[in-house]
Amino acid sequence: MNTPTQDLLGGFALALAAGRIRVVDLTQTLSPEFPAIALPPEMGQCQPFRVEQISAYDERGPGWYWNNFSCGEHTGTHFDAPIHWISGRDLPNNAVDTIPPQHFVAPACVIDCSAQAAADPDYLLSVADIEAFEAAHGRIPAGHWVLMRTDWSQRWARQRDAVAFQNYDATGQHTPGPDTDAVRFLVEQRDVLGFGSEAIGTDAGQGYHLRPPYPCHSLMHGAGKYGLQCLTNLDQLPPTGALVVAAPLKIEKGSGSPLRVLALVGANP
Amino acid sequence: MTMPLMKPPRKNPVLRTRQMNLPPGARGRVALGLTAAAAEGRFALQVCADCGALQYPPREACHRCLSPRLPWQAQTGEGELMAATTLAHSNDLFFRERLPWRLGMVRLDAGASVMVHLHGDVGEAPARVRVGARLDRAGQAVLIGYPEKGTAHMADDTMLREMTSDPKYRKVLVTDGKSPVGQAVARAMAQAGADIVWVGHAEPWKQLPGLAELAALPQVTLVPLDVTNERSVNELAGEIGGKVDIVVNTAELHRSFGIAARRGTDVAKAEMEVNYLGLLRLAQAFGPALKGRAADGAMHATAWVNLLSVYALANFPAHGTFSASKAAALSLAQCLRAEMRGAGIRVVNVFPGPVDDEWNQNLPPPKLAPAALASAIVKALRDGVEDVYPGDVAQEWLERWRDNPKVLERELAAGGM
Repeated sequence: MNTPTQDLLGGFALALAAGRIRVVDLTQTLSPEFPAIALPPEMGQCQPFRVEQISAYDERGPGWYWNNFSCGEHTGTHFDAPIHWISGRDLPNNAVDTIPPQHFVAPACVIDCSAQAAADPDYLLSVADIEAFEAAHGRIPAGHWVLMRTDWSQRWARQRDAVAFQNYDATGQHTPGPDTDAVRFLVEQRDVLGFGSEAIGTDAGQGYHLRPPYPCHSLMHGAGKYGLQCLTNLDQLPPTGALVVAAPLKIEKGSGSPLRVLALVGANP
Repeated sequence: MTMPLMKPPRKNPVLRTRQMNLPPGARGRVALGLTAAAAEGRFALQVCADCGALQYPPREACHRCLSPRLPWQAQTGEGELMAATTLAHSNDLFFRERLPWRLGMVRLDAGASVMVHLHGDVGEAPARVRVGARLDRAGQAVLIGYPEKGTAHMADDTMLREMTSDPKYRKVLVTDGKSPVGQAVARAMAQAGADIVWVGHAEPWKQLPGLAELAALPQVTLVPLDVTNERSVNELAGEIGGKVDIVVNTAELHRSFGIAARRGTDVAKAEMEVNYLGLLRLAQAFGPALKGRAADGAMHATAWVNLLSVYALANFPAHGTFSASKAAALSLAQCLRAEMRGAGIRVVNVFPGPVDDEWNQNLPPPKLAPAALASAIVKALRDGVEDVYPGDVAQEWLERWRDNPKVLERELAAGGM
């Protein structure tokens, strides 16, 4: 006699196998050309992804192909743990190796800001946007990811335009993100699991000039919430009902890691 | 009078690319003293410290008094052409492929009689000439008889062009055009008449001043190149490697830290990634094609220039990890020179003192202007020299290093410059 949970998982597995649940890859390919976050040059820098061949069925290893790779914890599509920010440095279970694994599989709400971001690269997600989302799709439940869809990822994924993806001018980077009140609302009023974005950071490109600077990092991580950035394919997710699998590498005291982010969604009928 | 070099027609693609046959390159240990001076553009001969007799060819003991004390001294090279002949036949492959070839015997005013390759603008003997030393395609010193007074296009003499790497009508790759030095080098190459100047730029999203203006020059084409990315280097070599005649590696990462001033190894590693491993990646990717085209017509592949630093000779503790990365690069550049020499490609190492750029902001003058450094690189290619120490600081530092490296080390350790 199966338990109800076994029935649930069995049905889920059958739905996956039958294609009634679709797996959407929310990950940008790790490649040396993928733009890395850039800080002022006198500061420490996150290493970009680099790969060098060990052998390729040649004199270095006749029967096998493999590479060495290197990168920072915040290279490519990556996960931010609370310990990443000074506001979250003393929280319990704040690093990628100690975060409860239960948190790595969680449902997501996807707020579509693609039209606004297309019109304004500095677009800031506001509480009003969240309220409009909830009016249409219901209240954001606790423990959910909130993903900000901007289609920004297409600047790289589709157009391979690193300059447009980074979008620097003399005043810095111009990419969309949440405003301070929206972050505070999601943390304090909705107790979300974390915030995900398509640009290089969870904060807007000009987020350093908000109060506090980098509110999404400062407030989310200060409250033990997580971040996902450089996501892609958010346009393939429903506003609610997607299940996100985002398990970072188990790096001892790691502040984050590149990872494969998958979303499970109901197949279109 | 030498005819000015004209832009050569395009290569005939049905003909085989000619391979390099080097001129005779064997030299004894003593004779390499001539090469060491010529590598820096100087003509030096041994002069007996006891009796003052000028020595030629180089030798172990004075030909007059048998003294072994024979220091090298710079020569003016002034003298009289006694006899000249034109070689119409040679069993040596290098000369056989370049006939006719003029040779002469010059009586130096300082005393010795020397065999020289004759510049085309030198008339028949007897004539006043000036003798200089140059490195030939085998990288060894040879003596050249120049006309007493310079002539209009004397650098375009076919014999002399075998000894030099003039950028005129050549295709040049400048590996990083984002730095002031890289931009100055690219401009200088364009001004020197380069046919194409490819300018590498990494991380295109970082907008740095000057690049757009540089790209507007008709000779300049920006190409993506990140020397820390093996694939980027290999891809560019695949695209243009077979056309590059001169590589100027200006890619450099410079931070001003010693050991204690910066925790961790990330900055030092980044310096090594660009300054040392970047050179290794470039050499592995672009070296083979360059070697294969060393005799490819009048505009054959000819030279590889490394932007090193005078700190490669002795560590400047205030910029300690940068110095170490440049010392590593110097060692690798010597390996590259050894490997390229057999193919007839010259490796030019440039050792500037502090450059007047952002990362030397806190150093007092004199600092080398990027444009002056670029001019020194063009001059080195035109003069066919191998080691260049541009600017007063580099010259002075070199002198102290040659005089006594240990004393220089102590001066630098005590906070000197």
